[in-house]
Amino acid sequence: MSSFKRRGFTAMLGASALAAPGIMRAARADAPLKVGFVYVGPVGDFGWTYQHDIARKQAQAALGTAIETSYVENVPESPECQSVFESLASSGHKLIFGTSFGYMNYMVKVAAKNPHVMFEHCTGYKRAKNLATYDIRYYEGRYVQGVIAGHMSKTGKIGYVASVPIPEVVRGMNAVTLGMQSVNPKARLKFIMIDSWYDPGKEGDAAKALIDQGCDVITQHTDSPAPLQVAASRHIPAFGEATDMIKFAPHDQLTADVNEWGGYYIKRIKEALAGTWTSTNTWGGFADGMLAMAPYRNMPDAVAVTAKQTVADIASGKNKIFTGPLTDQSGKIFVPAGQTMSDDSLTSMQTLVAGVDGKLS
Amino acid sequence: MLYRLEPRGERSLFWSYGSPVLAVILTIITMMAIFSLLGKPPVQGIETFLITPISTASGLSSLLVRAAPLIMIGAGLALCYRANVWNIGGDGQFTLGALAGAGLALALPNGAFWWEYPLVLCLGVLGGMFWAGIVAFLKLRFNANEILTSLMLVYIAQLILVWLVTGPWRDPQGFGFPQSAMFGAGATTPDFGTTSIHLGCLLAPLLALVLWQILARSVLGFQLRVVGQAPRAARFAGFSNARLTWIALLVSGGLSGLAGIIEVTGPIGQLTTTITPGYGFSAVIVAFLGRLHPVGVIFAGLLLALSYLGGDAAQINLNMPNAITGIFQGVLLFYLLGADVLILHRFRRIRPSAPEAA
Repeated sequence: MSSFKRRGFTAMLGASALAAPGIMRAARADAPLKVGFVYVGPVGDFGWTYQHDIARKQAQAALGTAIETSYVENVPESPECQSVFESLASSGHKLIFGTSFGYMNYMVKVAAKNPHVMFEHCTGYKRAKNLATYDIRYYEGRYVQGVIAGHMSKTGKIGYVASVPIPEVVRGMNAVTLGMQSVNPKARLKFIMIDSWYDPGKEGDAAKALIDQGCDVITQHTDSPAPLQVAASRHIPAFGEATDMIKFAPHDQLTADVNEWGGYYIKRIKEALAGTWTSTNTWGGFADGMLAMAPYRNMPDAVAVTAKQTVADIASGKNKIFTGPLTDQSGKIFVPAGQTMSDDSLTSMQTLVAGVDGKLS
Repeated sequence: MLYRLEPRGERSLFWSYGSPVLAVILTIITMMAIFSLLGKPPVQGIETFLITPISTASGLSSLLVRAAPLIMIGAGLALCYRANVWNIGGDGQFTLGALAGAGLALALPNGAFWWEYPLVLCLGVLGGMFWAGIVAFLKLRFNANEILTSLMLVYIAQLILVWLVTGPWRDPQGFGFPQSAMFGAGATTPDFGTTSIHLGCLLAPLLALVLWQILARSVLGFQLRVVGQAPRAARFAGFSNARLTWIALLVSGGLSGLAGIIEVTGPIGQLTTTITPGYGFSAVIVAFLGRLHPVGVIFAGLLLALSYLGGDAAQINLNMPNAITGIFQGVLLFYLLGADVLILHRFRRIRPSAPEAA
């Protein structure tokens, strides 16, 4: 239960005002800029934290001697993390990334006390003059998964190993369902909420139960490769999460959504170096290079071509995914035809679309 | 040359105080060896681990903030263990205390009464006492082992917490996240100026000193010590074992509850699904490291808190793995338990007898 709120979502609601440009001064040109990263898990978790650390290394490689990066791993989402952020700030780090939702209130406090340090919070929704937020539109990748599942599934039922009932997860389930229904209008999604982000035992059990209920494609909104491994043991096609998990299911992983933080980190560090960093709210997807699909495998070529086209359409803005008419579980239309949900309503999404079986709580 | 370990027949006063010092010195030497095996400069390593974290004002205040709950719970546990009552459910009492106080803080409109905060603290204490009281009742009424019951109550408390923050107490404006609303200013632990030092950082050592005086000077303290050291003698003297068990558990439960409510109304500011990273268990180490003496607990709490901060600093400055914190704590406990042998035993050199004929 300790990693309940490891992740989160980006909301524009209730945010504080953003800063005027140029308020942050760059570090002295002769000394390297010290950049700190705070991770919730170990760098070897082969998922969420692993992807962030790959990105840190990319930034270090790209910017060389201009910067010096350090990280602290396994930092809990409790008052402990506040002292980690404080020691990073007091040891001369000028730009600090916190990569878990539960750091939010502590980062707000530390940022207020260190007005000359730039902070960036991944998945949070509270901002300040020196506290920016950033996140990925994971739902875009999940829609692509839905399209692939629509072609691959014979029963028309996909199983979704879900973590906690927050808007990000609701968006994910809806996106998969809509993607699948774009191929097969009768497709349905079954989910099991395991109330944790990382619990390989529960994740695996949930995958087994979903397969036993007739789901013949499995996807997950949790962090371990367990659901994928369970699917592989029954030779059921499935998707990886956050990173390419192909080595856990070489014959059964269809693709995976891969979080690409590197480009964002490099861009923001460059801005900090140039003195043009401002507090922003970034929510990037395929178009921004922040999300990518792992190579398409274990599927007919035609399906892979369709998947690639779907990614291109989402990136170009041709397919906006949450465009009406959208029907909720009771059959009521909650987004009329021709309308597209705004980012504001996406970030607080609590409604499941028709085709999803089961209730949130 | 051979040495033999033989009983002293009495406690060595010198080693009672000397053994923790020896343990710390040996730990430092061992850690330096580990640092150099990892290819890090050993002296700089120790400096980063033990000095860097407290070389700044913000580091020093972090130390006090981390040590406060450890000292508060540890002092209560020290009293319990002296009376031979093995309460290891500090985490559960901490959680229940937090829930009891937070319930009131969430129910009252913000700033309704000036005495809202004191009342919230009192409820925190009562919550912890209630949870420890269950342990006392089960032990005295059914002779249930308090190690088991107090431990199992930790998990029950944690599940109640999760149920409340994902259900009835979930913040309606929280976008569905499993957390309560932030506590209002009227129910927030005051902190001092720009530091993160809060009321609990002062209360913790103060309460430990009060406990020390009670243990050292009152009849009650005497009875608690006798019950722990010589239960038969205590019975002959007519001390009520039941009464002392109740007192030990209620005091330690109350202190854990107080630590809990201060933590959630202070550094955390709301209820979430995890409000303790295992303070109740770390406090067991603190109690023993402090020789079950409330003043010793203050130092032990600070040392353990320093090891956490030092582990962070070692990661930041020397790129060492997070496991270094656990290694430091493990090595320290190992030497402490080892050095304790010297309190009751001494080494006697055995003179080899005349070489035997070939």
